[in-house]
Amino acid sequence: MAGIDGIDFLQLDMPAILLAVLAAVACAIPGNFLVLRRQSLLGDAISHVVLPGIVIGFLLSGTTSTWPMLLGAGAAAIVAVALIELVRRLSGLESGAVMGIVFTSMFAAGVLILERSEARNVHIDVQHALYGNIEGTVWLEPASIRDLLDPAILATTPGEIARLAVVVLVIAVLVVAFFKELRITTFDPGLAATLGFSPGLVSAGLVLLAALAAVAAFDAVGSILVIAMFVCPPAIARHLTDHLAMQVVLSVVAAVAAALSGYVLAAFVPLWLGYGHAFNVAGAMAVTAGLMLAVVMLFAPRYGWLARRLAGSRSAGVAGSPGTVAD
Amino acid sequence: MIGELLPILLLQGGYNTTIVCIGAAMLGAASGMAGSFALLRKRAMVSDAISHATLPGVCLGFIAALWFIGAGRSLPFILAGAALSAMAGVVLVDLVRRSDRLGEDSAIAVVLSTFYGLGMVLLSYIQTLPTAGQAGLEGMLLGATAGMLRFEAEMIAIAALVLLVVTILLFKELGLVCFDPEFARAGGWPVRLLDLLIMSLVTGVVVIGLKTVGLVLIVALLVIPPAAALYWSRRLAPMVFTAALIAAAGAYVGAAISASAPDLPTGPVIVLTLAALFVFSLLFAPKRGLVVAMIALVRHRMTIAERQGLLALATRRSVSQPLSRVLLLRRGWMDAAGNATTGGLSQARLVQRDQALWDRYLLDYPEDAFACREWSMRFIEEVLPGDLVAELDRRTVEASLRTGGV
Repeated sequence: MAGIDGIDFLQLDMPAILLAVLAAVACAIPGNFLVLRRQSLLGDAISHVVLPGIVIGFLLSGTTSTWPMLLGAGAAAIVAVALIELVRRLSGLESGAVMGIVFTSMFAAGVLILERSEARNVHIDVQHALYGNIEGTVWLEPASIRDLLDPAILATTPGEIARLAVVVLVIAVLVVAFFKELRITTFDPGLAATLGFSPGLVSAGLVLLAALAAVAAFDAVGSILVIAMFVCPPAIARHLTDHLAMQVVLSVVAAVAAALSGYVLAAFVPLWLGYGHAFNVAGAMAVTAGLMLAVVMLFAPRYGWLARRLAGSRSAGVAGSPGTVAD
Repeated sequence: MIGELLPILLLQGGYNTTIVCIGAAMLGAASGMAGSFALLRKRAMVSDAISHATLPGVCLGFIAALWFIGAGRSLPFILAGAALSAMAGVVLVDLVRRSDRLGEDSAIAVVLSTFYGLGMVLLSYIQTLPTAGQAGLEGMLLGATAGMLRFEAEMIAIAALVLLVVTILLFKELGLVCFDPEFARAGGWPVRLLDLLIMSLVTGVVVIGLKTVGLVLIVALLVIPPAAALYWSRRLAPMVFTAALIAAAGAYVGAAISASAPDLPTGPVIVLTLAALFVFSLLFAPKRGLVVAMIALVRHRMTIAERQGLLALATRRSVSQPLSRVLLLRRGWMDAAGNATTGGLSQARLVQRDQALWDRYLLDYPEDAFACREWSMRFIEEVLPGDLVAELDRRTVEASLRTGGV
């Protein structure tokens, strides 16, 4: 374990891991419902329009401090969702294509404004929005494990970690509180409407929740990991269970596992192998999430490719065997 | 900027710029066509997965070029790598989609993020290499035609031309799949293979467009023009060619604008030009545009209001609806006190008789009347044949005599 000692882990690796895990969980929970509602691309759209949002936020406020940028990103997400709905109704095009039109236009506008304004002289750039900066998170105050229990040191928790922790809590509480509404409007909007739940309202709430997760997470982990965590953990969980509550729980487990293994793969493995540099952490997490999904798609107990092949050949064997025709 | 734009648009902007603009136009034409087929097959957003899936290939191409020829920034290597990893992305989207646990939207998002993540890891590896020339890779994200070499510009233009010709040659087969996949399947056409062919053409556009538009935004070149073209025509061939025209114009003008001033990255400028063309189509297309629809709606409302106002005048009721009052006043059929003028009264009688005939039509031929979109919107003589109107007139008189007799 060359290159990793206790204090480095505590001050450099642990905050980064914490940040990534929180971001992954924040996205994975609402992602379950997006995947089931065939709205996975909404995560794609929202995480792209964050860029024009932070640029406008910067230009209006004149600072690169966090809140104006987060507000700008949140406003851009809401504008994008409203525009998508508007263009979809006006044009009658399928929603995927409409998302493609809206988010590419907004992203293009964001890049142009960025290039033409003084914003390009500060540290905002396209790469940052896409890739995030997990590795840049440091927490220098704790000097030993025991310090993590000290309230005075806990109060110095880096802002992005505290913010994401609050967002995860809010999302978890809201999803638990409105679980029944989310479930019924996801699986049977018609029945939900007759029972007095408003599918439109729940839908809008879900989109807002997703936007909240995306905006809180992109700054730390980047757009691409946000997209990955909206979809991969729920997709993994969906291959393992038929129960929605169980699926949400499993998706959280998968998100944590993907974040942890991705971090190990990018930050530690190259060092263990004697390569002097770490790799991009957010990218590695997206890759591990995709690989985990691939494994589950192949080998899941009931819905995996192998299990289906076995079940298929077994039933084919039964139908074709002469013994079963007797009675 | 305007002063510099005009010569570029007229192909006087220097050899490289001219080749870049022509190449962009041909790339646009090819992408308008390929994108149309993808949109009609409801698979437009697969192109988003395809474009993001090029990144690991771009990086591997860069690394391979570094090994074989000693310099990473080699467009042929990079584009070959991009094409290979994009095709892998297409196949994976298809595989994930066919497992019934996930929709195509999830398949797209999974492939997009996983491949792009792999690309990010490889990029971070490349950045640790001791060689320069990595700036060429960042241009692949948002398109950068400014520093393009002469041979690169020519290569892109030629590849785009080839792609365009191939798409035109395959037009009939691809159109068949989009128009009626069931018929195509029944007729023995390999629908899945043709679908794969559409996605291969899309991949071609993406790979050729990497340098011009960039991988984040190339999806716009494939989605926006066909969506705009649907406003101008719903027939296959005109729609596809309109899309090609819009995309070519947008890419050409966008590339020219981008070349006319510094700090104007090509991809975003092209996308915003296309977005402007889409909004223009949405608003002003002759048959399906919003403005035409709004005008038709207002006309419809006014016709109804005028007719109801006149019917009220004919039966000496007061005209209550504000819109009706305004219309009747302006026509001079009603005075400010709300009483019918002489002209108004005769017009009201005409409309009253006309409405009676329309009502008779509705009673006697309900199905035809419901199907008739101009029912009670124009004078009945202008819509129905004369002998039918005469027959309705006779029956109306008979009916009024009968009720009068009782």
